[in-house]
Amino acid sequence: MSSPESSEYDGTEAAPHGKARTTEWPLWEIFIRGQHGLSHRHVGSLHAADAEMAIKNARDVYTRRNEGVSIWAVEASAIAASSPEEKGALYEPANDKVYRHPTFFDIPDEVGAM
Amino acid sequence: MYAQMIKSTGKGIKSLDEMEPEERAFQERIDAGGKIEPKDWMPDGYRKNLIRQIGQHAHSEIVGQLPEGNWITRAPTLERKAILLAKVQDEAGHGLYLYCAAETLGVTRDQMTRDLLSGKMKYSSIFNYPTLTWADMGAVGWLVDGAAIMNQVPLQRTSYGPYARAMVRICKEESFHQRQGFDIMMKMVKGTEAQRKMAQDALNRFWFPALMMFGPSDKDSVHSAQSMAWKIKMNTNDELRRKFVDETVPQAEYLGLTIPDETLKFNEETGHYDFAEPDWEEFFQVLKGNGPCNTERLAARNRAWDEGRWVREGLLAHAEKKRSRQMAAE
Repeated sequence: MSSPESSEYDGTEAAPHGKARTTEWPLWEIFIRGQHGLSHRHVGSLHAADAEMAIKNARDVYTRRNEGVSIWAVEASAIAASSPEEKGALYEPANDKVYRHPTFFDIPDEVGAM
Repeated sequence: MYAQMIKSTGKGIKSLDEMEPEERAFQERIDAGGKIEPKDWMPDGYRKNLIRQIGQHAHSEIVGQLPEGNWITRAPTLERKAILLAKVQDEAGHGLYLYCAAETLGVTRDQMTRDLLSGKMKYSSIFNYPTLTWADMGAVGWLVDGAAIMNQVPLQRTSYGPYARAMVRICKEESFHQRQGFDIMMKMVKGTEAQRKMAQDALNRFWFPALMMFGPSDKDSVHSAQSMAWKIKMNTNDELRRKFVDETVPQAEYLGLTIPDETLKFNEETGHYDFAEPDWEEFFQVLKGNGPCNTERLAARNRAWDEGRWVREGLLAHAEKKRSRQMAAE
């Protein structure tokens, strides 16, 4: 693993994402639902003292151009996430089940659309 | 280019064969156009370089509000004022998108802020120049945001997922900024003789500082190769600078303004303009803190941070009080 000759960030080696310093407002992850019936989508994060402020800030930071009709704010520390190292084992069970895809089955042309 | 002179690891680029399996897989993923996400394995140098680059970019957006904020109360019409307010608000938003991208790399917002306020982290040299007249609002939007777009559009394809996604949002909004600047310039050159002169004067003062935004010439840019291999820099400084000149010169001609460079000439052979390099000594001086407005800009950020302290602490205390009352009631 390469390492820079002089690091300016030794003091903050990989602080867990979402873990705020004591002086810092908590980090909130923001999800926005757009106009067209799609589900909420993650758009980024921001800092806020509480949920009410998180939603107000999200309005200003992420919907200045009518990007959304609904905002979810979730404290980043409350999110559980899968880890990339588990990628193989976690998704492996789906790999050998190609029959879950409709293209697995050959339907004769004369049957028509199915 | 809102990020200039990013220090890279001191080592040269390793070939794939020299890499440990983890790093090799990482580099091959980047070579194949894949994205690196926050929890993925990454070399330490990649993480630190990105923190510096994204952080500097974010700081530039935030400090960049100052030269324009200077004119909000003095905009010539209510409409111009509303537009300028919206633009400056966008810059704050861009800073926040970028801070949140940098935070996914394990640096805190407070740490980045502290490093800006102490002068340890830099912001773009361009914001250390003063905005003296209303025409400067035109020149800043047209040239400074124009130069920023040149760099940000390719960065939408950068290898770090959160940075690329922030760039996509920023680019969507940035074109408004350049157009509103050009619109101001069009209005000025069609105005009185004094207004036309003001527009020319703004171009004269901002041309070379805008060219400096792309960073030093490739031959003096020692940190580029690793960043390009990692796809956190997509084009060389000189490539982007030339592209900017090629696009901007015809726009200046349309405005009837003269680029303040007597050597500027279209080169039929290369298909590009030949142009004079900015004064690099001035550039290094500005980066070192000796530009016309360095002291003022940093003082303004420090003042905002210090004077906002009671608000930050008060709102946190209020939130805690509300939470404990809610818990008591349950």
